[in-house]
Amino acid sequence: MSDSTVISEGALAEGHHEHPPYQRHHFESVAQQFDATNFAMWLFLLTEIMFFGGLFMAYLLMRNWYYQAFVEGSHHLSIFWGTSNTAVLITSSFTMAMGVWCAQTRRKAGLVLCLVLTFILGIMFLCIKGIEWHGEWVDHHVPGLRFTDADFINPALDADVYHEYHDRAMAPDTANKTEMYFFLYFAMTGMHALHMVIGISILVFMIFQATRGAYTEGHFTFVENFGLYWHFVDIIWIFLFPLLYLVSRHA
Amino acid sequence: MSEPDAYEYEHHIVSPKIYVAIFVSLLCLTALTTAASYVEMYVFNVVVALAIAVIKASLVVLFFMHVKYSPKLTKLTILSGLFIFMGLISMTLSDYVSRAWGRW
Amino acid sequence: MSATIVSLPDQSTARIPKMNFLSKENGLLSWLLTGDHKRIATLYLISITFFFFIGGALAGLIRLELLTPQSDLMAADTYNKVFTMHGLIMIFFFLVPSVPATIGNFVIPMMVGAKDLALPKINLLSWYLYIAAGGLMLYTMMIGGVDTGWTFTTPLSTHYLNTNVVPAGLAVFIAGFSSIFTGLNFIVTIHKMRCPGMTWFRLPLFIWSNYAASILMVLGTPVLAITLVLVVLERTVHIGVFDPKLGGDPLLFQHLFWFYSHPAVYIMILPGMGVISEVISTFSRKRVFGYTAVAFSSVAIAVFAFFVWAHHMFIMGISNYAALVFSLLTMLVAVPSAIKIFNWSFTLYKGSITFETPMLYSIGFLGLFTIGGMTGVFLGATGTDIHLTETYFVVAHFHFVMVGGMLMAFLSGIHFWWPKWTGRMYPEKLSQFAAVTTYIGFNLTFFPQFILGTLGMPRRYAAYPPEFQVLNVFSTAGATVLGVGYLLPVLYLTWSLKYGQIAGNNPWQATGLEWQTQSPPLTENFAEIPIMDHEAYDYEWLERQQAKEVASVG
Repeated sequence: MSDSTVISEGALAEGHHEHPPYQRHHFESVAQQFDATNFAMWLFLLTEIMFFGGLFMAYLLMRNWYYQAFVEGSHHLSIFWGTSNTAVLITSSFTMAMGVWCAQTRRKAGLVLCLVLTFILGIMFLCIKGIEWHGEWVDHHVPGLRFTDADFINPALDADVYHEYHDRAMAPDTANKTEMYFFLYFAMTGMHALHMVIGISILVFMIFQATRGAYTEGHFTFVENFGLYWHFVDIIWIFLFPLLYLVSRHA
Repeated sequence: MSEPDAYEYEHHIVSPKIYVAIFVSLLCLTALTTAASYVEMYVFNVVVALAIAVIKASLVVLFFMHVKYSPKLTKLTILSGLFIFMGLISMTLSDYVSRAWGRW
Repeated sequence: MSATIVSLPDQSTARIPKMNFLSKENGLLSWLLTGDHKRIATLYLISITFFFFIGGALAGLIRLELLTPQSDLMAADTYNKVFTMHGLIMIFFFLVPSVPATIGNFVIPMMVGAKDLALPKINLLSWYLYIAAGGLMLYTMMIGGVDTGWTFTTPLSTHYLNTNVVPAGLAVFIAGFSSIFTGLNFIVTIHKMRCPGMTWFRLPLFIWSNYAASILMVLGTPVLAITLVLVVLERTVHIGVFDPKLGGDPLLFQHLFWFYSHPAVYIMILPGMGVISEVISTFSRKRVFGYTAVAFSSVAIAVFAFFVWAHHMFIMGISNYAALVFSLLTMLVAVPSAIKIFNWSFTLYKGSITFETPMLYSIGFLGLFTIGGMTGVFLGATGTDIHLTETYFVVAHFHFVMVGGMLMAFLSGIHFWWPKWTGRMYPEKLSQFAAVTTYIGFNLTFFPQFILGTLGMPRRYAAYPPEFQVLNVFSTAGATVLGVGYLLPVLYLTWSLKYGQIAGNNPWQATGLEWQTQSPPLTENFAEIPIMDHEAYDYEWLERQQAKEVASVG
């Protein structure tokens, strides 16, 4: 069976056999422990796919029903910040992958550097998100809390966006569907940001541990598995970016 | 009995060169998808955007997440997750899409 | 005098082994911070029993109200709260964790030949999440409950009610993660921690069933989680995707909700089916007929389960075409379950059958689950569903599969593994009496409800037309008998902890690695990891083992 990790030494050894201090007692070998925890992390990521999946389903439906509102709503998102944030997150994925390589090759300084860079880029992502959200708050585009569809009924009200896209005016019953767009925008980017915050918090713990050499003595499972989580959060954004920002940017 | 997959997985270390190549590809694809949204392609805009996103995600999964070098079980796990996700989307949409077809 | 296969050690000299998982460490912290899957299973057993009786008390209130046609015991609003809380507690805090978190946690590592589950800390976290969720749900009850029905249907739950939807939704959300982590742990353990020689097709069928249920837990529950988040957002921020006034679709909620909640019913029943495989084999002294078919049917149920959810929505406004597709798939999902019933029946055929308590519950399961399953097919056909849905027919259907099926399987499993868990036997005659009482009480309670449903009595109604009263009175009478049947095990099982006969390693002479260890087991299950060298349910191997064994003194 290619998926099983069949251990032969454990059964034959008498009494307590030698194993590294980081091997838990219910595992028969380090390889089994690594394999099992890695598989567990992948299963957890599956749950995350299905968790975000519900949001993607809602988005798909509403975008189909209210395409015009989605197009015009998305014009109020900044392409500059959105693309920059995508680049920031992709770079953080790169630094995280490099961090895993450093841990695997026992480069302690390299690992700490990579983790710190990943952390900084993560913070940068959240800051840019904060700037964007603040912008939406100022523009009265926060559903339920501070929302008006005035600049969709009369697009000329927002001069910059109108200058770029020349959006058509929408009747009130179409214009108010932009609130649906913005709700999904905030729900999806908010859920994503929450996952970023969790990831960054764990990064802090990892940086601290890494400086103490915890991951560069041959036991890098934690870094590797965290890397999987971090890349997954990146992948979610890889889909959020075109779906939310790039609905249609041609004038 | 040997433990081919676990040991093999542990010992396969992806080289930084590959990481750099993937990183650069991802940035290029990001630029491409942004640029493509400015081109009027009607219904194909969303197809192109999603196709590029899928390619980017695949690069991250295969190389950054080491799935290319992972045991078959990992690949099977991911595929089954995607299968169920597609089931959610397609079966739910099957209701919405067919509502307009009218009574038979 | 009926035959029995029970084989106990000589009671005058037998003792509970001094070193076992219960005696290893003492003190509250050793339990609250344990990583031992058997202790966590014990914690779960106590917790779910507690919630079962709360849910049961609520059921009692429902049946009391329904004694009379008028809504005289409680106001209609209160009645709505009672059946909602009954459903929420029974489903999320009893049925979903019942076999997996108690029996599964206890037995799965031993069955695969491992010392513990793959992720002991996650296992403990799972229990704490369950307790937190349960606490939140009790709090919800105390501040006034929720009356949406356990299905939280929108826009009722998002707009038209001012009851405590948010804390109830959050409680279910947290309980969902408890379930996810349990399933995740099982999948990893079954894939990665089997002992040498334990190939997939030598695993006990209990493992296959729990594996299938775990896949459902991992892939289905997150969708419920995000759906509840969306409901909470819609209630608190007052904007959302389910509100028609804002352009949303209330049916989207139902799609997302039932995407989990249909697989949920298989999450509930599959582990029970696993128990049945073990018990029927043991008490027929025969390997399960068609092992491969039963194993693959578990996985088939898991796969099909994901594609039938809209059969809960036939009258809600989905398109006829979607209804057609889902109805067809629903017919298909019945097939693997039926395959199992046939296989268990053929296992019984020409077996050496004895009627110890676990077997009584399992045989009860066979009949009652079959009726419940077949009535599900009536509901899966769109034509009949239009008349039967939202009536007591549905209520009877799911109680037949959940209570007549799953709860009986749970009790079967508890009685079967009790000697292994505690080292003690329970009083056999009393337990057989309780099993028969449960069976009689169950039929009296729920069979009239099929008739009520076909006659047209709607579900979730506190008041009903007077012509339905007679059947309702039968149902309530049955519920009283059923209550006695459920109370008895709690009493005699607790009694047996101190006064039960010493069980020894293998009182049922069952196959399976867990029966090769002491009762109760050591914390690490095995002194050294076993090597599996025989097929599952190999009674000849067991005979050869017993011939070689020297009778131990405990």
